Amino acid sequence: MTALTDLTLAEAREGLIARKFSAREMATAYVAAMEATRPLNAFITETPERALAMAAESDERLARGAALPLDGMPLAIKDLFCTEGVLTTAGSHILDGFKPPYESTVTTKLWQAGAVMLGKVNMDEFAMGSANVTSAHGNVENPWRRRGDNRPLVPGGSSGGSAAAVAARAAIAATGTDTGGSIRQPASFCGIVGIKPTYGRCSRWGIVAFASSLDQAGPMTRSVRDAAIMLKAMSGHDPRDSTSAPLPVPDFEAALTGDIRGLKVGIPREYRVDGMPAEIEKLWQRGIDWLTAAGAEPVEVSLKLTKYALATYYIIAPAEASSNLARYDGVRFGLRVPGQTLDEMYENTRAEGFGAEVKRRILIGTYVLSAGYYDAYYLKAQQVRTLIARDFSEAFKRCDVILTPTAPSAAFAIGEKMDDPIAMYLNDVFTVPVNLAGLPGLSVPAGLSSDGLPLGLQVIGRAFDEETVLRVGGVIEDAAKFTAKPQFIAGGR
Amino acid sequence: MALDKATVARIATLARIKVPEAEQDHLARELSQILNWIEQLNEIDTKGVEPMSSVAAMKLPMREDVVTDGNCRDKILANAPAAAHGFFVVPKVVE
Repeated sequence: MTALTDLTLAEAREGLIARKFSAREMATAYVAAMEATRPLNAFITETPERALAMAAESDERLARGAALPLDGMPLAIKDLFCTEGVLTTAGSHILDGFKPPYESTVTTKLWQAGAVMLGKVNMDEFAMGSANVTSAHGNVENPWRRRGDNRPLVPGGSSGGSAAAVAARAAIAATGTDTGGSIRQPASFCGIVGIKPTYGRCSRWGIVAFASSLDQAGPMTRSVRDAAIMLKAMSGHDPRDSTSAPLPVPDFEAALTGDIRGLKVGIPREYRVDGMPAEIEKLWQRGIDWLTAAGAEPVEVSLKLTKYALATYYIIAPAEASSNLARYDGVRFGLRVPGQTLDEMYENTRAEGFGAEVKRRILIGTYVLSAGYYDAYYLKAQQVRTLIARDFSEAFKRCDVILTPTAPSAAFAIGEKMDDPIAMYLNDVFTVPVNLAGLPGLSVPAGLSSDGLPLGLQVIGRAFDEETVLRVGGVIEDAAKFTAKPQFIAGGR
Repeated sequence: MALDKATVARIATLARIKVPEAEQDHLARELSQILNWIEQLNEIDTKGVEPMSSVAAMKLPMREDVVTDGNCRDKILANAPAAAHGFFVVPKVVE
């Protein structure tokens, strides 16, 4: 029999409803798996007692035949989601000891759908990073290794703990958040599925804010179907988030028909960036061929400002962050480092509480918003953002989805790209434009690099058309037959 | 745009982050490098382009001006580094 922790969410749902195993057995298996994966440092806080208590409630509902959509599903929650009474750090020292007195909307919805909380997972500090090397709680290791090379690799970021936990079978699925690629890039690096839905699809209420006009929550799973199931439970209008879309939530799973005949797939020529490894070009072409074989039609589209998206992002995101992170002042929660005056207390607290990358971004953000520079930087970036979003609307007049690689490389070793912030920023060259335009983007594992590491393809859709994105993702998944497993799997099979 | 040490010190004060003088040079170099890279945006003509502050194609919604939350003082204060008599405690600000 397959181990419980090898089942997809959809398979586990079936098994639970058929009473082949209980939610308690699932929770017990995953608690053991979570403990076995400690060397990866994926979890910041483990909540095994809560997992077992929630599983008992699921079993009670399952016994009555009143199963909820996610009953008994053990989830890892990114440590950016506020969880009532459970330590929430955002990967930062400045939130040391913070136990939120409330629960985020997204996690509330997940628990209301019967899901089980395993614990809170590691991440880049305040979601600022692409390698999970900026967390105050230490680096996360990717469960994958290069063939013939035992050096530990990064899981990607910022949702690195989420991706590592799901890939290593230490959680059946996880929540992530994505401001510039933080769901899709780690999903690609760890060989799992991740979708950033349309801006406004999931409520941001109770998620520690990084850049509010870009942040979106989404699921990270081991199959496209699982992503569809979990996204449905996470989505929906929330009056407490003024940018939450007042739209009905479609049955995303029902969209997975496999039928993409006649669909137009945009291939943006500007995504053929200099220095992209040949094997990623090849994988991209294979993706185009798979979709063509399934009856879709590739069309060339132009997203001419692609190369300016990162620079735009690195004005807008730090500007918003410098404002959002002003709340960490040592007064109301988290760390306080004493000072003679109130200002000195603020300055000492923030100097000690924030890590180097967060400080860098706050300072850049403060600078681009400061008197005399606002128009030259911030306003300019907002104008370019308009043009980038316009590029996408033009492209979507000619196609229904856009296919690209998720990231310009496979996972790299911990320590690489560390001394040059811009080299690190380039990880997100293919994902950042999607956040700027507020569109849905999905990463699906599509193949392995020559040294045996997973590579993802990204499907981008029109605003609020996650259904087509997931349908196309499902076709890629079926064609790619990605069955490779990481070297490190909980339980060590 | 190259930032000098004095500018770094000024923005650090604005951001209320203590940056010891010994780190200011290094930080000035790092931030200048990022700003120089960002300046590629000047290659784009944005004359007359509306700046985008949100991608949400909707107006900010209005709601009834009524109390929807509250009565949770102690819950909120529970996370404070220092609290007394139902208040946050900070260093003395008025002499």
